[in-house]
Amino acid sequence: MSVALFAEQLLNGVQFGLMLFLMAAGLTLVFGVMGLINLAHGSLYMIGAFVCAAAAAAFGSFWLGLIAGLAAAAAAGALIELTVIRRLYDRDHLDQVLATFALILILSEGVRMIFGPFPLYLSVPDLLRGTVDLGITRYSLYRLALIGIGIAVAIGLWLLIAKTRLGIQIRAGESDREMIAALGVNIRWLYTVVFALGAALAGMAGALVGAIQSVQVGMGEPVLILAFVVIVIGGIGSIKGAMVGALLVGVIDTMGRFLLPRIFAAFLDPAQAMGVGAALASMLIYLLMALVLILRPRGLFPAHG
Amino acid sequence: MTYAKRVAVGLAALAFGAQGALAQDVTVGMITTLSGGGAGLGVDVRDGFQLALRKAGNENLRLVVEDDAQRPELAVQIAERMIQSERAQILTGIIWSNLAMAVVPSTVAQGVFYISPNAGPSALAGANCHQDYFNAAWQNDMLHEAAGQHANELGYENAFIMAPNYPAGTDALTGFKRFFEGELAGELYTQVGQTDYAAEIAQIRASGADSIFIFLPGGMGISFMRQYEQSGVDLPIISAGFSFDQDVLPAMGSAALGVINTSQWSPDLDNEANVAFVEAFREEYGRIPSLYASQGFDTANLILSAMDAADISDRDAFREALKAADFDSVRGEFRFADNHHPIQTVYVREVVEKDGELTNEIIGTAFEEHQDVYGDDCSM
Repeated sequence: MSVALFAEQLLNGVQFGLMLFLMAAGLTLVFGVMGLINLAHGSLYMIGAFVCAAAAAAFGSFWLGLIAGLAAAAAAGALIELTVIRRLYDRDHLDQVLATFALILILSEGVRMIFGPFPLYLSVPDLLRGTVDLGITRYSLYRLALIGIGIAVAIGLWLLIAKTRLGIQIRAGESDREMIAALGVNIRWLYTVVFALGAALAGMAGALVGAIQSVQVGMGEPVLILAFVVIVIGGIGSIKGAMVGALLVGVIDTMGRFLLPRIFAAFLDPAQAMGVGAALASMLIYLLMALVLILRPRGLFPAHG
Repeated sequence: MTYAKRVAVGLAALAFGAQGALAQDVTVGMITTLSGGGAGLGVDVRDGFQLALRKAGNENLRLVVEDDAQRPELAVQIAERMIQSERAQILTGIIWSNLAMAVVPSTVAQGVFYISPNAGPSALAGANCHQDYFNAAWQNDMLHEAAGQHANELGYENAFIMAPNYPAGTDALTGFKRFFEGELAGELYTQVGQTDYAAEIAQIRASGADSIFIFLPGGMGISFMRQYEQSGVDLPIISAGFSFDQDVLPAMGSAALGVINTSQWSPDLDNEANVAFVEAFREEYGRIPSLYASQGFDTANLILSAMDAADISDRDAFREALKAADFDSVRGEFRFADNHHPIQTVYVREVVEKDGELTNEIIGTAFEEHQDVYGDDCSM
């Protein structure tokens, strides 16, 4: 195994982790502020990707598609909050899970009715095609850009929450909902904004990842499961936890898929090592989650309250 | 009403009733995937099947279609309902091998015919074959074997092979290795439904392979090809037709151009039945048919041909009529082996752009009259 291969895999892990962070950030914000478990978060990711693909095809520009996807996901998020989610804040988690699961089915079939059953075409923008030489290895320019965008969004989110008035309200909402309502903050409006923000982040992730993956109905659910693993590891409600959790999951999952079959190959025959390695690699992040839950039941960075 | 009129009405009713009995109505239950990520395949099988019924102008076959959402437990429930309440005499439609394994054995055990338009798991071709189970598409390994065979002819000596970690994936790599004579630079099982292949592509880059064989149906193939195109790795790819057919090509775009893949059918296959089929399908649905659509079309024509030759209430005669496969298959020559799986030619195709659309073109033949290896374990 060469240093170049190892470095490339590490970059792959970081890139994967940063995209997971975009998903997990919205999920954890919504849970932290509103106490809501939103299974339909993956559907917003799908909406972002589909609208981006359709708009990119119509206007011939990936960037316009990206903006359209982000806006559509945010709008869909706000609409869902106003019509459905708003009624769920006072209900218990089981009701929330049932209602948002129903939303998954409705949104998936809705997208299929509008866009058809076949996957859509969405391609990497010309500007970001090809590879760059990083010295130790060549790496896909688009994936490198995804790393950059992921870091930029993380910094932007931190600034928003730490430095702005909206951020203060969000943090206050996390600590004590009733108190900030009593102080005259329009809590309903705040909830809608936070939900739309989370939806926009999911839609952005969907549109960005859609260019190198299949834009198809149901694409959000596998990512949703990973995003839940991320926020459980990181501590539900914590943005910092989501960042650390996402990077951990991204790197461990990628490195596991890459290294485990090689490790088993040292003492098993190749075909067997491949099977055992692949099976164990797919379990690795869940083992990590179990370990974190045993040692720190509230996650690595427990949110207050 | 006068006596004469009453007699006339009675006679008319009698005549009508007798006619109804002659024109043996057959109910076909189609269980297929019409929602979720795999919906494109089921939609094509259904559309191909219905097109065949319309073209034949048949009114004696009643088709009931239901969506299995790619879930085995749901497929089993639908099958029970179709047999019990719809009184279906024939079931068909299942796309995925794991669903077929859940439905087919209990269906044929209840005395209902099952005719597969797609899934062909090895177990049903070998030891668990059944007289009432027919596969009108292929045994799972078949197209992969052809890919292995053609990789030899292309002079590939060091292939990197990859498939999802589930039964059809194992069948794929087994089939490829059965005929490929070169070395393996690497062999990888990925997760089913995996969307990111960066880790796998990095290993391909480092492996020193001279070619890649993949079996990644549906969205997995789209994801892989998009990422592969951006990776800077430039090795030739060979595959079975499933990963490069009309259901995914528009979404893959130029990344798929030039990929060599194997199939028993291709839109440009030059025979009378196929030319008419492709034209009618395009006219009806506004898209190029996929191999799944061709299989749905053939399945319907197979059933219709048997209905013309025998009454379904005479099960032995009807079974013989199915076995005879006396219809014009869009893939050209087609007949059943003793295990009720096809003996057929497998072609080599290349992904090309024609009139602004991505499609496949035949560039050669991998096998003539090819038969699966599992027939020996079948007692029929």
